[in-house]
Amino acid sequence: MDEQPHTPGSDPRIAGLLLHHDIHNFNAAYAAALDEQRLMDWVEMFTDDAFYVVISRENADKQLPVGLIYCESKAMIHDRAFALEKTAMFAPRYLRHIIGNLQVFGQSGDQIRARANYALIQVLYDRPEAKLHQVGVYQDVFRRVNGELKLAQRRCIYDNLLVDNALCLPV
Amino acid sequence: MTTDAMMHMRSGGKASGQSDREPVLLERQYVWPGDLTEIPDWVYTDEAIYAREVERIFHGPTWNYVALEAELPNPGDFIRSNVGPTPVVVARAKDGAIAVVENRCSHRAAEFCRELSGNANEFICPYHQWTYDLKGNLIGIPFKRGIGGKGGMPRSFDQSEHGLTRLNVTSHRGVVFASYRDEMESIAEYLGPDILREFEATFDGRKLKVLGHYRHSLPGNWKLYHENLKDPYHATLLHTFLVTFGLLVAGNRSLMLSDASGRHGVMASAKSDASKVSADAKKEMRSYKEGMRLREERFMDFIEEFNSPWSVTMATILPNLIVQREMNTFGIRQIVPNGPHEFVMKWTMFGFEGDNEEMTRHRLRQGNLMGPAGFLGLEDNEAMKFVQDGMRRVPDKRHLVKLDPATEAGTSESLISESAIRAMYRHWRQEMGV
Repeated sequence: MDEQPHTPGSDPRIAGLLLHHDIHNFNAAYAAALDEQRLMDWVEMFTDDAFYVVISRENADKQLPVGLIYCESKAMIHDRAFALEKTAMFAPRYLRHIIGNLQVFGQSGDQIRARANYALIQVLYDRPEAKLHQVGVYQDVFRRVNGELKLAQRRCIYDNLLVDNALCLPV
Repeated sequence: MTTDAMMHMRSGGKASGQSDREPVLLERQYVWPGDLTEIPDWVYTDEAIYAREVERIFHGPTWNYVALEAELPNPGDFIRSNVGPTPVVVARAKDGAIAVVENRCSHRAAEFCRELSGNANEFICPYHQWTYDLKGNLIGIPFKRGIGGKGGMPRSFDQSEHGLTRLNVTSHRGVVFASYRDEMESIAEYLGPDILREFEATFDGRKLKVLGHYRHSLPGNWKLYHENLKDPYHATLLHTFLVTFGLLVAGNRSLMLSDASGRHGVMASAKSDASKVSADAKKEMRSYKEGMRLREERFMDFIEEFNSPWSVTMATILPNLIVQREMNTFGIRQIVPNGPHEFVMKWTMFGFEGDNEEMTRHRLRQGNLMGPAGFLGLEDNEAMKFVQDGMRRVPDKRHLVKLDPATEAGTSESLISESAIRAMYRHWRQEMGV
């Protein structure tokens, strides 16, 4: 037998598994922040230079840049959260983000590329049913800041052709 | 019960064989209550009124927005669109002309075009492969003469008479309109001089560059969208964002313009410095929050690029077009009605050829104001939904549009006015015969 037994520390699959686990946990925390509408906690999940966009698949496929929400920096992500909390008028609602099918594409330099599918389910207080409000994919770039994972980019590409009236909170 | 809610029975409509039953109510009488300062709910909720709107307005003597020429730069380019609720295909033919045809095969009615946009040499219905050129002429019928002398179309069938239904088309400054009527005035006459001036201030001759689309449904009557943009009163009250960051305040220089017919309008305002808001105006607006600042202040920059005194104009062009020029971010909004209680809105955001990367990004950043997730846009969509909910759940009442009695109907210089809404209904009642 010339095959060497793997020690846990040297097996690249273990490192991959740990990274996958970290991003999985990150996404669960991200979903919880939005579901509980803790928007300022959501803001803190991005790097200072983060790019965040919610864009239709129709636009993304045609390389058209317009997004429902378009933020070029954490400052703009903060402004979005701030404006929604302090100025926006919209009907009260429950939201549930389901994030799955996580794929981590590995690390190059300090950047980790990943993707995950998402479904956003919404319940309005005056309508009985939970409705699938948006379904799509996150195309992500993560970076560690002081050891903590942060999003340097999240492109939320949604499949729905129509937005049901309004997207009042982030995805 | 108000007169507008009165119902009566058409003679001869008695339920068969049951003389003691309550008569079946078959027809409603539409009586407008009084003057233009009150609007009855049936204007927004009644199926028959909606059907007549499709007939007399969307399919009547109107120019309906269908596309931007920038979406169809090359021969063969096409997009799916709508005239009122009716699906159409807008295509650039080989000779460069733009054709608008119904998306319905002459043979068995199949909606043949399934792509949102694309490029084609001809349209082939997937069901039986009837083939049309880009102007809708029927150019091919498989097995027209049958097989082996048997079957096929009758000899008398005149192929030239069975093309796709084709609409009248016009285009101005790259904006394409269609009409079911052949005898239409020019778009310049249709808009009238005041609205045309504002239209041409936005479409200033520079070539447009499409930046993307939004599409959303809105569970409200389509006219509420026009009214919302003929209602400058709401802008300072609903849109706390605008007020907080000084984009619009009661007391800003502004104008609510109506054309002579009352059907079109432009809401215009000039940005002012938030620090100069009078204490008086602030007191009236509970929404004003002093000392709030954005971290990305470039977002609110207005880079002057138009020959216009206004930093914001919202043109409402009956029946289905809104042109938004909100500082440096622009959008066409196309109304596609779907019954009295709902419509779909298709937005086309654009910049201009020659915009550098920073200008494009500025337009995209400022785009956060508008659309179904926009700081202002989401509030408008929510408010209009609330209005339709109110009418559906507490029905058969009236709306009040009494602000600014000094202007009975038409252009007003006050933001605290509903005179443009009244002007639209003066026109609407004429067209609808109610």
